[in-house]
Amino acid sequence: MTFDSIRADFRIIYKIIEPGSRVLDLGCGNGELIYFLAREKNAKVQGIELSENAIYRCVEKGLSVFHSDIDSGLIEYPSQSFDYVILNQSMQEVKKVDFVISEALRVGKKVIVGFPNFAYWRARFRLFFAGKSPVTESLPYRWYNTPNLHFLSTTDFLDFCKDSDIKILDVYYLGRRGIAKILPNFFSLNAIFVITKS
Amino acid sequence: MEDKKVNSIGLVDTKYFTFAEPPNELLLDGKQKLGPITLAYETYGSLNADKSNAVLICHALSGDAHAAGFHSQDKSPGWWDSMIGPGKAFDTSKYFVICSNCLGGCKGSTGPWSINPKTDKPYALDFPILTIADMVDAQKHLIDHLGISKLLCVVGGSMGGMQVLQWVASYPDTVKCAIPIATTLKHSPQQIAFDEVGRQAVMADLDWREGNYYGLSKPERGLAIARMIGHITYMSDQSMEDKFSRRLKEKDYSFRFTTDFEVEGYLKYRSDNFVKRFDANSYLYITKAMDYFDLSQDRLIPSDRAIDTRFLVIAFHSDWLYPCYQSQEIVRQLKTKRVDATYCEIKSTYGHDAFLLEIEEETHLIKHFLDKTFLGYDVKRL
Repeated sequence: MTFDSIRADFRIIYKIIEPGSRVLDLGCGNGELIYFLAREKNAKVQGIELSENAIYRCVEKGLSVFHSDIDSGLIEYPSQSFDYVILNQSMQEVKKVDFVISEALRVGKKVIVGFPNFAYWRARFRLFFAGKSPVTESLPYRWYNTPNLHFLSTTDFLDFCKDSDIKILDVYYLGRRGIAKILPNFFSLNAIFVITKS
Repeated sequence: MEDKKVNSIGLVDTKYFTFAEPPNELLLDGKQKLGPITLAYETYGSLNADKSNAVLICHALSGDAHAAGFHSQDKSPGWWDSMIGPGKAFDTSKYFVICSNCLGGCKGSTGPWSINPKTDKPYALDFPILTIADMVDAQKHLIDHLGISKLLCVVGGSMGGMQVLQWVASYPDTVKCAIPIATTLKHSPQQIAFDEVGRQAVMADLDWREGNYYGLSKPERGLAIARMIGHITYMSDQSMEDKFSRRLKEKDYSFRFTTDFEVEGYLKYRSDNFVKRFDANSYLYITKAMDYFDLSQDRLIPSDRAIDTRFLVIAFHSDWLYPCYQSQEIVRQLKTKRVDATYCEIKSTYGHDAFLLEIEEETHLIKHFLDKTFLGYDVKRL
């Protein structure tokens, strides 16, 4: 596995995290990102993951993972015990987003949130002209089989941070060809926010 | 089946180690002294030069030292043979595997059936009440005797898992990694209640005679009922449906109080076998030790102590005797103390029995976890 072969969002998160950091990945999947962070950046990593098969893949990599959902919170983790908590492509699947984010902000000094943008232009066109619920590269599911419980735009998340007293340290908008520079809420498929408590 | 034979470690023998000879008896949790103590044990594979490859297997309530391979007179192998052997989860071509019968047991280790040197009669109820910590203390003597100062791994399911946790609590610097399976930090009232019904069944049997049945007829009916209750709690609603459904032994109902259903026949068959091989007093002492076990709150890892033991905690979805929340509680304790822990909940319909049956999944997890612990990790952890 090389750096170039990992997903674009992983590469961005990888670059954000400083060497030697303590990292908790909520919804770590097969553990590619934290494995990479541990090997190449000397990060001290842990994951939480719901899929049993993904847990096996993590154990094969020598990662320490907790087989659980994240809706029940992170009570067992002391406050501010991680430099980074990652919530990448998992936020939209949890039941109580505000609670999970507040827990992530309690446990981690910084939280990295990545999610698919519902207001991407193709999604808007599909809804507006075809009258159908959006299916895009970052929202590949149909209405009847999607694991996503929440559909939000990057502007929605900006509003949420404002209303919840959350400070945004950095935002990365990912379009079809790398970073989306103009009209990000229109052109980005995914967004990655780095946030902290105000 | 053929494959299993190929990977078997073959013929094995039970060995015996005696210690705590008076006046150096073992001081027990209950402040009583016990000695001499004999532990029956088996070993598989060989200890490497720096003695860093030793794995201690702890058995469950009805288990024994014979975890793997074959005894010369037996057709079936040890109780965890599918996990122990060349190429298996506990790969005997790499690791030195030890399993001992617990203190208080009836398979060669000192228990209530043993001769009390003071009276030259079996101890019976003069045998002191034991705790899981006492069992572990006895095992520690065996490990010392084998010249091992640090165990690569301590592993076990159910009561074996309690011993794993107790090893970490009692001798944290002695355990490199710990694998507690389908177990708990403490028995819940429900678990204590099941144990108590089992004990009451034994003690209600007139043949029990306040424990003094040695050389006479044994309290087989009481122990059989205790074991039947046990077996029900080891299965799940689903696994019983799959295994028996409402199938009958004969074509039709007998309209008598005989064994109509296959499930009845199974309980009778299993419990009849059990009473032939198990001592009723041992059953009382061991279940009592399980009920007394409590490493909740700060008792697993005291606040002032940092430990570097790695944990792999495994639970099974359909296990209602040792439900997953109890294993999660172990992991929570560890996380709070910043101890390195991995938790996996295996989807299984077998109930508590799953730890003896879900071999493929357990093998996958344990093999990688153990290899990474033994050979060194690629990955830095918290």
